Amino acid sequence: MALSRDDVERIAHLARITVDEAGIDRVLEELTGIFGLIERMQAVDTAGIEPMSHAQDVVLRVREDRVTETDQHALFQSIAPRVDAGLYLVPKVIE
Amino acid sequence: MMKWETVIGLEVHAQLNTRSKIFSGASTAFGAAPNTQACAVDIALPGVLPVLNREAVAKAIRFGLAIVGRINRRSIFARKNYFYPDLPKGYQISQYEMPIVQGGTIGIFVDGKEKTIRLTRAHLEEDAGKSLHEDFRGMSGIDLNRAGTPLLEIVSEPDMRSAAEAVAYAKALHALVRWIDICDGNMQEGSFRCDANVSVRPAGSDRLGTRCEIKNLNSFRFLERAIEYEAKRQIVVLEEGGTIVQETRLYDSDKDETRSMRTKEEAHDYRYFPDPDLLPLVVNPDMLERIRSEMPELPEQKRNRYLGYGLTANEADGLTQSREMAEFYEGLVQALGGGYKLAASWLLGEFTAALNRAGIDVSESPVGSERAAGLLRRVADNTISRRSAGEVFDAMWNGKMEADAIIENRGLKQISDSGELERICDEIIGANPKQVADYRAGKEKAFNSLVGQVMKATRGKANPQQVNEILRRRLAQ
Repeated sequence: MALSRDDVERIAHLARITVDEAGIDRVLEELTGIFGLIERMQAVDTAGIEPMSHAQDVVLRVREDRVTETDQHALFQSIAPRVDAGLYLVPKVIE
Repeated sequence: MMKWETVIGLEVHAQLNTRSKIFSGASTAFGAAPNTQACAVDIALPGVLPVLNREAVAKAIRFGLAIVGRINRRSIFARKNYFYPDLPKGYQISQYEMPIVQGGTIGIFVDGKEKTIRLTRAHLEEDAGKSLHEDFRGMSGIDLNRAGTPLLEIVSEPDMRSAAEAVAYAKALHALVRWIDICDGNMQEGSFRCDANVSVRPAGSDRLGTRCEIKNLNSFRFLERAIEYEAKRQIVVLEEGGTIVQETRLYDSDKDETRSMRTKEEAHDYRYFPDPDLLPLVVNPDMLERIRSEMPELPEQKRNRYLGYGLTANEADGLTQSREMAEFYEGLVQALGGGYKLAASWLLGEFTAALNRAGIDVSESPVGSERAAGLLRRVADNTISRRSAGEVFDAMWNGKMEADAIIENRGLKQISDSGELERICDEIIGANPKQVADYRAGKEKAFNSLVGQVMKATRGKANPQQVNEILRRRLAQ
């Protein structure tokens, strides 16, 4: 699969990463390499093999439904750029 | 003119009523001061890992069993990627390809007709935080207390054909999640939220039209009005030769209209992939059997049992609207040792009226099932009339005295001496020659007026059936 510069710009936008003009060519080359690797893997015959969602064949452990955390918001908010009345303040976003 | 059909599917987010969050040990209690219940996992500090809450899984399974869906032995958590300040990780942990529950059905009644709504799936996911857009000098305030609260997203097939059907389905689902105790159902607090997918098509067509998703429907009334508005809007667009754009729309209850949210098509590429932090969830047979054995009798099962007691469909429906009411009914008939019909009609009549007047729930009633049984026992054995029972009930509701003591104190025992009753009936007949003549001329109303006067003369202490019988006999002479 051939990747275009437009694809790179779109992926960068979705990931909220700024890539400058010169960078696009470099990223395009790197991503093309990765896609090449994927194409080679896709050539392997996997008919009849159940897909795995994870690399290891182990299952999830669960915990009891107990409240174990205490209020540490003052500590957490000591590294926040701006807070007010216990809220984190961010540039206005509205949908 | 073309006839149109509305097609509706609902997505409901039900907050699971666990004590702690789905992936962290922070509290889920509603109403805490901002960010006091958002721990390192919830605010996505680097290096933290999610650990799944067993109870959230159990509650999802309870739901799957209640709707007779398939409980997937193996399900996968996935990351749904998007950027918004109330989603600190930059992704929501959800389930995508392999949800915990698939299939199942919910039965609804609309205009006396039964209909089955198919469910597509129900999956576990985490809630996001809240953004507050007012009063922060041009900035938005973020409260992450809600972030990580367990949600069960319940998705229906597009099986509903009117706003009324959609509301009936949402109400049935709302009653069910409370009945099986997985969600408190509090819509004001956002514990039970509906999104509606609405499209229209020419009547008789089997192709689906382009749909719009309506968000922000936090009451059954808004759900109904938003669907009605949206279907009309789409019909107008199509009849004017336009096309429907697939989009998300917001319902504005003040203006009673839906409007387009800022379109963000490209942002809708959620790039789902299995969350490497969470291994596959496997539900073992022991856990499934334990949960199955703890399931309460479901509304439909209770309803069928009540029909077997000789109740009408309306009565059986009424008593199974909430688990509290059904349990009150069962406590009452157990204490009475029967009296199925009497208990049902009294609970749905006088008792429900009293609850409504006081604006309280069954669980808050000052008269419990034991005390109520004391009252109905005296109605069943004809000690008091149904009318006097109302007076006794009022006194029980407002005080501590039991039925028998109130009946005794107020002298409410029915006149069982038939000689005394016959004397009063004769008096009333003698004093009302006009009504007697009317009755004999075939006017049934005149008879009711005579019964009323006898009841008045006895201050409600006569047995109306006995009065009826005596009056008919005397008037026939």
